[in-house]
Amino acid sequence: MGDNGSVWLPDPGTTLAGEVDSLFWFVFWVSTVIFAMVVLAKVYFMVKYKRTSESDVPEPVEESKALEAIWIVVPTILVLIVFTWGFDVFVKLYSAPPDSYEINVRAQQWSWEFSYNEGATSYTELYVPVGRPVKLNMTSADVLHSFFVPAFRVKHDVIPNRYTSVWFQAEEAGEYTIHCTEYCGTQHSGMNATVVAVSEEDFAAWIAEQSQDLPPAILGQQVFAQCQACHSVDGSAGIGPTMQGLYGTERPLTDGSIVLADDDYLLESIINPMAKIAEGYQPIMPAGFSALSQKQLDGLVAYIKTLE
Amino acid sequence: MSHSAPGLNYLNHAKGFKSWALTLDHKRIGIMYMVAVSLAFLAGGILAILVRLELLGPGETIMGPDTYNQSFTLHAVLMVFAFIIPAVPAVMGNFVLPIQLGAKDVAFPRLNLASLYIYLIGAVIVMFALVNGRIDGGWTFYAPYSTSIGNGILFVTAGVFVMGFSSILTGLNFIVTVHKMRAPGLTWNRLPLFIWSIYATSIVQVLATPVIGITVLLLFLEKAFSIGIFDPALGGDPVLFQHFFWFYSHPAVYIMILPAFGVISDLMGTFSRHQVSGYKFVALSSVAIAFLGFLVWGHHMFVSGQSAVSSVVLSLITYLIGIPTGVKVINWVQTMYRGSVQLKSPMLYAIMFLFTFSIGGFTGIMLGVLAIDVHLHDTYFVVAHFHYVMMGGNVIAALGGLHYWWPKMFGKMYNETLAKIAAFLVFFGFNLTFFPQFIMGAQGMPRRYYDYLPQYEFYHELSTYGSWVLAAGLFLIMFYMIASLINGKKAGLNPWGALTLEWTHTTTPPDHHNFHDTPVVTRGAYDFHLAKHLFEYGGEVTELDLGGDGTAAAPEEAPVPNEPVA
Repeated sequence: MGDNGSVWLPDPGTTLAGEVDSLFWFVFWVSTVIFAMVVLAKVYFMVKYKRTSESDVPEPVEESKALEAIWIVVPTILVLIVFTWGFDVFVKLYSAPPDSYEINVRAQQWSWEFSYNEGATSYTELYVPVGRPVKLNMTSADVLHSFFVPAFRVKHDVIPNRYTSVWFQAEEAGEYTIHCTEYCGTQHSGMNATVVAVSEEDFAAWIAEQSQDLPPAILGQQVFAQCQACHSVDGSAGIGPTMQGLYGTERPLTDGSIVLADDDYLLESIINPMAKIAEGYQPIMPAGFSALSQKQLDGLVAYIKTLE
Repeated sequence: MSHSAPGLNYLNHAKGFKSWALTLDHKRIGIMYMVAVSLAFLAGGILAILVRLELLGPGETIMGPDTYNQSFTLHAVLMVFAFIIPAVPAVMGNFVLPIQLGAKDVAFPRLNLASLYIYLIGAVIVMFALVNGRIDGGWTFYAPYSTSIGNGILFVTAGVFVMGFSSILTGLNFIVTVHKMRAPGLTWNRLPLFIWSIYATSIVQVLATPVIGITVLLLFLEKAFSIGIFDPALGGDPVLFQHFFWFYSHPAVYIMILPAFGVISDLMGTFSRHQVSGYKFVALSSVAIAFLGFLVWGHHMFVSGQSAVSSVVLSLITYLIGIPTGVKVINWVQTMYRGSVQLKSPMLYAIMFLFTFSIGGFTGIMLGVLAIDVHLHDTYFVVAHFHYVMMGGNVIAALGGLHYWWPKMFGKMYNETLAKIAAFLVFFGFNLTFFPQFIMGAQGMPRRYYDYLPQYEFYHELSTYGSWVLAAGLFLIMFYMIASLINGKKAGLNPWGALTLEWTHTTTPPDHHNFHDTPVVTRGAYDFHLAKHLFEYGGEVTELDLGGDGTAAAPEEAPVPNEPVA
């Protein structure tokens, strides 16, 4: 654990995360103190009033109205404090400043796609400038997903046919894990990415570099990042077949036929994955990749051809 | 009213398969429910052990991701729908409720038997899902994922739909029974708190269960006929499904926890030999919670796309429920104050409940805070909270109730030493399994993850070791309970010195018709100070007429003065 982190919470990566943490610790300590008092009372009564004789029948205790009022009034005040405080921070968590830098996020089984206004697109890494509010406009291509960065204490579901958003302002350059937290199928737990927070200058340089026209195979290699949860490029086994040495070979299919892995086969398998199922694999590849642009698809085919 | 011959009770008065399969006796139906839900608990428990084993290390340990995803889903479906919801109401409610009321049976005995068979049919339909394609994604079946997978979901939803009717009919039966069949003198203020809690639970069962029925029916229609209701690709709204689902499933949490409150109240009163502190508050707040429970469903949806206003309002109402629940815990602790506390195994579970359920409650307050929930939602913190409430609340209370009523059910005592060892193993194992999950959840470990980052491995290891200790405790219970049926010591009429009718006015095990004469109630369920004469001689605490011909289980030192019936 780092300097500001603890056993309980990861290092806060934003100012707002610190506010969430203060609230967490307030509830944590108040609860712990009350809980300890209840447990102590319980143990004390257990020992003190232990039954000594089988014929022992104690008299009822006169119930104290004042005491009952305390049991009700004190917790009510405490939860109202916590509620109001939580409401205040909640509003901040979901009110992006109007000058936020906006990035479009598209989730699909089981990868993230981050599109920047300058034309760049990234997949496993979300580049953001440090010290500037960033707002993510998110939507899903298939089922529900949820965007979660533990270090930023932000989370929101990503829903098909609707935009949702989160915002944050990274305080320090560094890398922060992104998880999908709404169950989305076989590779749900593999649907991770990284927030890469860099200085304004580095961010400007990165965006300029990424927004140039790339050679198809290089673009394809970037796009392929969202395939790597299931498909390896080095021959190792995965949920789906490896791409190494695939191009130009004869592929046995589950229906017994054999097909040549040419350009058309690769393209078809990306945009209509259920058409031909390679032998030994389940028909579980998501259909969402048909939404890639023609340029990206061309790039993918070009890249796969290079994997000999 | 026929008096049965000596030595005959509800277990042995009629023999053979038909005498059980077609029985209308609430006690036998309760026992059959017990066998069924125990099997569901065993199956769900074995799945839980396998799930924990897979999570011992990152990556593949014993199974692949698809098997894992289906295992945790089936664990959840079995535990929630086939075990927790029916466990206390259908087993202990059926066995105990009519006797505590001084009734010969529930109001509609045939309906009661029908409930059992409907439950069994529902469970079998769910099992068919296993062989009819995958079901994964947890017990919440969020659309559109749930409709995008194979046809197994059709069977699960159909099974849940059918089991819902069992729940509704049981609830209806109990409501009528409590209203119409109380013994003379058993006023609402004298009712055992177990009855109050089952009564409140029944209200929720009758009002809320139709909603899950409608919801799974809509999901079924969408899947089977591609009618767009929840799936955006068909023009539906996935958030609508969550509203429907939680509109049932949050009240369902009270179906699961209110009966536990009842069991704990009875245990605290009996083993403290003392009036349950704040009796009226505990009784009426159960009913209040039953109604308020309908107005907080959206606290499961703070980050799912519902309006911010809904989130705020539902967060506030959540606290309104939290307070009476907290006050109840204080009431139970207060019951021991200046009481006479006896730490028999059922009481150990009640004490344990106060510990584990309180942690579940406090972490619930934590999750109800809007800004904190954004971070904790769908992490292991929620998994831990849920298990502290459901297992640390309902299951621990059910185990307490099982140990409490077992001698009455079967006329045999289990081994108390083994019971205490098992209680310790369950307590230690439970906390070791689930407490580390709070920490890794707060650190950001998402739930329903097959694989995880190495930084969480230590907590996952602890949790898996805990599951072994917990399993050892539960298997030990199974062992000595079954052993007690074979060679357990004969149980007396009232081994705990309780004052409710199932202990004071029936034989052990009870007669087929429960009572030889309709009991007349002259005091509240926990008015031990008004029954001092029953405890004076140190013998059996009973008001049975032991001199008559109903002396099935009369002990050797029989002469106990009978209270004159008013």
